[in-house]
Amino acid sequence: MLGVFQTSQKLRTSLRLLSRAGLPPVDLQVQLLLRGRSPQSATFSRELHLGPDGPASSPAAAPRRLPFSRVTVEDLTFFGKTLPGRAITDPDLVQSSNEDWLKSVRGSSEVLLRPQTTQEVSQILSYCHSRNLAVNSQGGNTGLVGGSVPVYDEIILSTSLMNSILSFDKISGILTCQAGCVLENLSLYLEERDYIMPLDLGAKGSCQIGGNVATNAGGLRLLRYGSLHGTVLGLEVVLADGRVLDCLSTLRKDNTGYDLKQLFIGSEGTLGVITAVSILCPRKPKSVNVVFLGCETFDQLLKTFQLCKGMLGEILSAFEFLDSECMRLLNTHLKLANPISDCPFYIVIETSGSDSDHDSQKLHNFLEEAMTSLLVTDGTVATEESKIKTLWSMRERVTEALTHDGFTYKYDISLPVERIYQLVTDMREHLGKRARSVVGYGHVGDGNLHLNVTSPAKDPALLASIEPFIYEWTAKFQGSISAEHGLGLKKRNYIYYSKSRPAVAVMGKMKTLLDPKGILNPYKTLPDDLK
Amino acid sequence: MSGRVLVGVKRVIDYAVKIRVKPDNTGVVTDGVKHSMNPFCEIAVEEAVKLKEKKLVKEVVAVSCGPQQSQETIRTALAMGADRGIHVEVSGKDYETLGPLQVSKIMAALAKKEDAQIIILGKQAIDDDCNQTGQMTAALLDWPQGTFASEVTLDGDKIKVVREIDGGLETIKINTPAVLTADLRLNTPRYATLPNIMKAKKKKIANVKPADLGVNLTSKLEVLRVEDPPQRQAGMKVETVEDLVGKLKESGKV
Repeated sequence: MLGVFQTSQKLRTSLRLLSRAGLPPVDLQVQLLLRGRSPQSATFSRELHLGPDGPASSPAAAPRRLPFSRVTVEDLTFFGKTLPGRAITDPDLVQSSNEDWLKSVRGSSEVLLRPQTTQEVSQILSYCHSRNLAVNSQGGNTGLVGGSVPVYDEIILSTSLMNSILSFDKISGILTCQAGCVLENLSLYLEERDYIMPLDLGAKGSCQIGGNVATNAGGLRLLRYGSLHGTVLGLEVVLADGRVLDCLSTLRKDNTGYDLKQLFIGSEGTLGVITAVSILCPRKPKSVNVVFLGCETFDQLLKTFQLCKGMLGEILSAFEFLDSECMRLLNTHLKLANPISDCPFYIVIETSGSDSDHDSQKLHNFLEEAMTSLLVTDGTVATEESKIKTLWSMRERVTEALTHDGFTYKYDISLPVERIYQLVTDMREHLGKRARSVVGYGHVGDGNLHLNVTSPAKDPALLASIEPFIYEWTAKFQGSISAEHGLGLKKRNYIYYSKSRPAVAVMGKMKTLLDPKGILNPYKTLPDDLK
Repeated sequence: MSGRVLVGVKRVIDYAVKIRVKPDNTGVVTDGVKHSMNPFCEIAVEEAVKLKEKKLVKEVVAVSCGPQQSQETIRTALAMGADRGIHVEVSGKDYETLGPLQVSKIMAALAKKEDAQIIILGKQAIDDDCNQTGQMTAALLDWPQGTFASEVTLDGDKIKVVREIDGGLETIKINTPAVLTADLRLNTPRYATLPNIMKAKKKKIANVKPADLGVNLTSKLEVLRVEDPPQRQAGMKVETVEDLVGKLKESGKV
């Protein structure tokens, strides 16, 4: 019924009426699963995921709208006065912020606010808290689990204009900046000063550091520099009632009381709005090498990883993999040629060090060993910037290639490293001809698999075959159903596959403590059965 | 017919690197900056290796003129399939003034010494954009030249060259020995695969001095100043068409 989206008055009115009725407006990916599901999986699901609408709705679909206030003319006047020229209600401008990057979920917010300072964020939240208005904080809107866009008419609070770098200490490498700085811009700023950001991801051209911290983004460099839980030194957060929590320390070590910032890292905007970040940045490596290798079996790939850690150890900065299906998609849809011969598995290894002579020697020894012991059947090395970019794009552009292959179902799983590819083979067998492509790729060095399934069009029956099969498989091996993408809207009710009930109950208590009215990013991250 | 191909490869600042002008405006910063093989030289090497794979030539020799680091560039050519390398050592002041005239004298001397059948060079280098070395080398040797080649076919003792020119494509037939310069669409350079990278470590690179070839490196050119291009000025937004016309008139454009 809501297949085509035009910003016509009629449609908007009907949308408003529908959302008033409490029905989920649009969750394109998971409309009416019920028909496709086997009775057995429905029962299992019912036990774990009692949604407020009962067993009739899917765990990923949005729940009914909670009784928040609706935006009035008085509210708009306040916003207009607090943020002159930056309280946007023009539907054409608000539209793109209502829909996620994958075009899989869309909200019906009518207000987009763009503060420039922490003070403005504080004023907005204080007001919304008093008026019981729901707020959706939004950075670069590159999230993949429907967490960055409104579900209903939540006010969108964008950090895009909070893009100033506040300070950079050349000696310690500590960068302090506002939450809306785009990751790539921070990288360029640092590279000129001989430093780099401790994280890097495909979305770097659009994602903002506040969003990265709120989702505890992982990325391609985690293997070397660790997670944001380690590299973030301080945060400035505005709480649900507008109070500013200044934990923007730039100290490497500070054991004075509970480390509050850790709560907000990965909280997906549900405990507070991050407005500034101080982060520890590593020095820019003088010597970077990228190696693209081909392996016959996943077992050989794992052995290569072992060899790599042993012989390259301290200079290893990335270890990624992709399978032959990914290569096929890159060749077909993006016309990217395979740099080496066709193999079942491909590895991208990156080394970063301070001495190119030493690193080339280490790399040469490793490659010689890998080849003579037949762990690797083919490969190529790049030391030049331009070639390095080309080899990396083989891994970084798989996501893009998938979008050209049809409708994509994306999964981001953490598993014991030995089991990673077994999930892909089992899924292929399980789905058979129903799926167009089933591909596996990702941060194998971190035990993180990106499993994607494509079909010509959205297919509820296919989805019913994938879920909860994939989550049950993951839970069986004590893995994580969301390694780095977070829970957002789509995966909130699957949390019990990876976390125990007591743990989730404590999470619920924290949420109540910091956001008693529940106005920050409602309907997300925590499961619906926590009331 | 010796069936020997000489390929010139130049070490330049990698094209993905942001260039910075030295504070004293005498040149660009090269210290600690990533260097790599000139992209057009890569295409030249690829073409030479292809000819060898088709068994139309017997040996591919990669040549580079420059300091110690030029050997890395030769190694890359060896990893792509060249048989051996020649490093013509030029450093210090001589390297600063090394230009197309000097390199073409070296290439001509080497061509005679190595009894080369074909010389393939990149059409130009991405640092100086001279587009002169190939032409000068041909003139010094009194050999025919096929420049801006986008297609090369060996035909007995002649070479058919399709050239990229302003008006489109020009096909010529030249005698060997000849000089060819590679243009962008001649081929797509291969990635050096691991087995070849390993093999390349064992291939020989001979060391030669310009004096041994009887070449005089003095240059008659002097670089006066190197500057950044002018900064792009910010644009201006106007509200109405009248404003736009007014601003255009003000700046004298209309």
